[in-house]
Amino acid sequence: MEILKKYPKLFQWLFLLIIFFALCFAIDVPETYKFIRGQAEFVKDPNQSTFVFLGKEVRYYAFDVFWRLPPLLGWLPIWINDSLFFLMNDWMPMEFWNEDTQEYKTRPLVLQITRNLTAFMTFLIELIREILLGGLETIVAFTSWDWIDANPWAELPGLPWTIVAAGSAILAYKLGGKGLAIFAGLAMTYISIFGQWKPSMQTLSFILVAAPLSFIFGLSLGIAAFKSKRVEKALYPILLVMQTMPQYAVLVPALVLFGVGDHAAVIITMIVAVPPMILLTLLGLRAVPPEVIEAGRMSGCNNWQLMFKVLIPTARRDILIGVNQVIMVCFSMAVISAFIGAKGLGFNLLLALNQLNIGLALEAGLCISLIAILLDKMSLAWANKQVDYFGNLNFFQRNKNSLFFGLIMIVGIALAYFGSIYFKDGYNYLFEVPHNKGISTADFWNKGVDWIFDTFFVYIKAFNTWLIVEVLQPMRALYLRMPAIATIVLVVGAGYLIGGTRSALVVCGLTLFIALSPWWDRALVTTYMATFGVIVSCIIGFTVGTLCFQNKHSTKFMLNVCDIFQTFPSFVYLIPVMMLFGITDTSVLIAVIVYATIPATRYTIEGLRSVPSGLHDAATMSGVTKFQRLFKIEFPLAFPHMMLGLNQTIVFALFMVIIGAFIGTEDLGQYILKALSDKKGAGIGLTLGICVAFIGLIFDNLIRTWVDKRKKHLGID
Amino acid sequence: MSEPVIKCESVYKIFGENAETMLNEANGNVDAKTFQENGCIVGVNNASFEVSKGEMLVVMGLSGSGKSTLLRCISRLTDATGGKIFIEGQDLLNLNNKELIELRRNKMGMVFQSFALLPHKTVVENIAFPLQIKGINTGESINKAMDMVKLVGLDGRENYFPRELSGGQQQRVGIARSLAVEPDIWFLDEPFSALDPLIRKEMQDEFLRLQEKLQKTIMFITHDFDEALKLADRIAIMKDGIIEQLDTPANIVLNPATEYVRKFTEEVPREKVLLIEDVMDSSATENIGDLKVLRDEIIENVAEKILTQEKTVAVIDNNNNIVGSINPTKIINTVFGGRKNNN
Repeated sequence: MEILKKYPKLFQWLFLLIIFFALCFAIDVPETYKFIRGQAEFVKDPNQSTFVFLGKEVRYYAFDVFWRLPPLLGWLPIWINDSLFFLMNDWMPMEFWNEDTQEYKTRPLVLQITRNLTAFMTFLIELIREILLGGLETIVAFTSWDWIDANPWAELPGLPWTIVAAGSAILAYKLGGKGLAIFAGLAMTYISIFGQWKPSMQTLSFILVAAPLSFIFGLSLGIAAFKSKRVEKALYPILLVMQTMPQYAVLVPALVLFGVGDHAAVIITMIVAVPPMILLTLLGLRAVPPEVIEAGRMSGCNNWQLMFKVLIPTARRDILIGVNQVIMVCFSMAVISAFIGAKGLGFNLLLALNQLNIGLALEAGLCISLIAILLDKMSLAWANKQVDYFGNLNFFQRNKNSLFFGLIMIVGIALAYFGSIYFKDGYNYLFEVPHNKGISTADFWNKGVDWIFDTFFVYIKAFNTWLIVEVLQPMRALYLRMPAIATIVLVVGAGYLIGGTRSALVVCGLTLFIALSPWWDRALVTTYMATFGVIVSCIIGFTVGTLCFQNKHSTKFMLNVCDIFQTFPSFVYLIPVMMLFGITDTSVLIAVIVYATIPATRYTIEGLRSVPSGLHDAATMSGVTKFQRLFKIEFPLAFPHMMLGLNQTIVFALFMVIIGAFIGTEDLGQYILKALSDKKGAGIGLTLGICVAFIGLIFDNLIRTWVDKRKKHLGID
Repeated sequence: MSEPVIKCESVYKIFGENAETMLNEANGNVDAKTFQENGCIVGVNNASFEVSKGEMLVVMGLSGSGKSTLLRCISRLTDATGGKIFIEGQDLLNLNNKELIELRRNKMGMVFQSFALLPHKTVVENIAFPLQIKGINTGESINKAMDMVKLVGLDGRENYFPRELSGGQQQRVGIARSLAVEPDIWFLDEPFSALDPLIRKEMQDEFLRLQEKLQKTIMFITHDFDEALKLADRIAIMKDGIIEQLDTPANIVLNPATEYVRKFTEEVPREKVLLIEDVMDSSATENIGDLKVLRDEIIENVAEKILTQEKTVAVIDNNNNIVGSINPTKIINTVFGGRKNNN
């Protein structure tokens, strides 16, 4: 009894675990049960039960409700799909003027809106693309094809690569100084020389449209949420779900609404990139000291002046960090949206991966990573840059960068002209190095891969088999063996023990949604892969983080490494693992581990760093050893922050598991990928996405609640 | 006497959801405890006072006493829950947004404890900010701001950013900014509290110099009793939202109204606060010696002279008329006597 009183929580947890295992043993696997089956598939089988809801018929195999809940939400994807189609094809038909045929035409409202939006996006992308690469479309948009035929000289020439490279170096110099400028110049030159110029510029033009649009939308919504509690409350749940929703899942409904191509990709990218921008805008505006706002008010600002002359400039840094986030999401999407036909490096990467041409994939991946790192560093430099005062400068000093760029333009054009004379017969290498005509290293890499395979095949294979047979399969079987009711009891009980009734209810709702969807088994597989990834990542991340923290230089080095790794678009991680492990679960899991180790390491270091130095000194003065200090002082205080790292690790792992479907897994991701090529896939894709998001949110809710309580308990903010 | 510049009539500020209904039900008898039990916090409780033109009212209180809240009610950065506030006869609480902005653009200036400078603007741009908000063009506003830079002694640093300045210099910018539109009313919310003691003293002297020149109507908030005594024409001492006493520094030291006020005055060196006229005997003008002292001299400055005399000393006004007398023993009693009683 004494012990029970001393550690009440411990016994509550024990009790919960006992119930959980009792349920697991009490409920047997039904004999006819086949693991991994979408339980609401459209096969007609007399053994299936059916029910009808909202006019949608759902068929499923009925089992004991303690074993698996019936898919009562099975109608949801069908309903979403039908509603989308109804909206697109039948809702609110209206008369619209058609320029081409010169007559009125009846079209549903939503279709008209999406088509106009699509046309607008296409125009923007083409405009930038043709400034960089040259082309006809922009001029056609203002005139017509006939006019182009009559005036063959009318064509945007595109910028020679020398100008673009030098221009980006100048911009980098202005933002971040010499080092960044050199990096910018070298990166651009590399891209050009290695023949990746065209796809790179296609990707860049895509990002130059998607990023500013996302920025504008995110900023305005952030301001709206800052000004009105009601808007914030309405946005908050959407933001939460979007933060954990796999990007794949958004692709499918957008495919229905906007079709295939760069424009649809831009719109999807906006949907994914706007939420972090909103959050950071809100964060920045909230952090403006109240006295600065009061000072603005007392200076007689009206609301408009207060927002744009006081609040936003003061929150400048946070808002620009938001821009950085937006750019990173854009790169990640630039690859993923290749699935719906976005051109550029992402498309080449996907193609190469599909053909298992690791060399080509590596080249494309390297280019996209280079551009991503460059833009990341540039936007961060912009955020950290202090405004200069230009009061006393003359015209030349003030405009030296623009003047220099003008000079570069002239030199670049002259060079290109010179090139057109010099390289008379072939390609003008001073204008643009054509795709696949640059230096290619693909063969070298492919040979390297072959060599690795030949040399280490036995070991890799042995490791692979061991991992799959001894670790992964049993773990997977254990997860699938859990009766639904046991899982729900475990999760809800944990919610109650950590956060009380409120937490328990939230977690229960999220779990029930997944359990009542037709994909419970697949959700379990997703969870098992994520769990495995998270466990290994955490062990690596916490160890590496703690070791690096012992020394100032290694701390800094490790944080930099984390920064760079985080900049890589998530898809790029698949290239090296496919190189080494081929198409297996191991590949996916290793990609997951590498990707998810980043936040685990980063948060460990940050958590340890946040321990106040006063406590360090106090501990040292009481004569602790290094280990005592680590275990008695630093770990307990850093633990809440490290748990936030765990939260991020879970989100990252889930993302990668879903992306891993590209290699081939048997989880929710596989179905999302399937839905992409299914005409009626929109509803399924979205529902699956929500399921993945909810898995993330369950852990998010539990961890956050615990961290908040713990932080309050420790008195740290 | 002309109309007061600031006039408050039983101003209340109560935080909480149904503050207004609770205030109406309380019928002017607000008890902080019962309000707190109902989830409301009383910020300002029945504040009534007037500030006349050119006067400096210092509001003194410890943190949480409601002094800043009172100031924010009068500048209408928050809306008072009950009562009336008049600025030069205008009913502040009835102004619409546009009129309020006009009032702030032309009549009010405010200095903040944490300086509240805009980090992205230079010194001169920060000072020109209220002018530009008003719609004055860049050239003119910068010229005007440069005058202000000179006034607060920051010439040569006008192109610095706030982050490059020390605390004292930043607050000089804050002061210059609040004066840029030449306001009649000047609010200062603990302007020197965030500064080091030495800098604080320097800034107080500078502030007195400025006020001598500008003669603004001032509400000055502080938690430092010594600062209040040094600067104030009148002091209001606040506790739990209630103004405990509002009087001249001398009267507060000599006649504390409540036990709370008396505790503050206990440690105050009286000879530094009181004037000769506060302790002189205005009836006895006979049998006095040759030494004459001015009536508005601080005791500390003349105490040594008086104590060397054996006879009573004459007190004169500016026109050299004898208005009273003071005995050396009286000085000794004033300086040491008060404290003996307290022990």
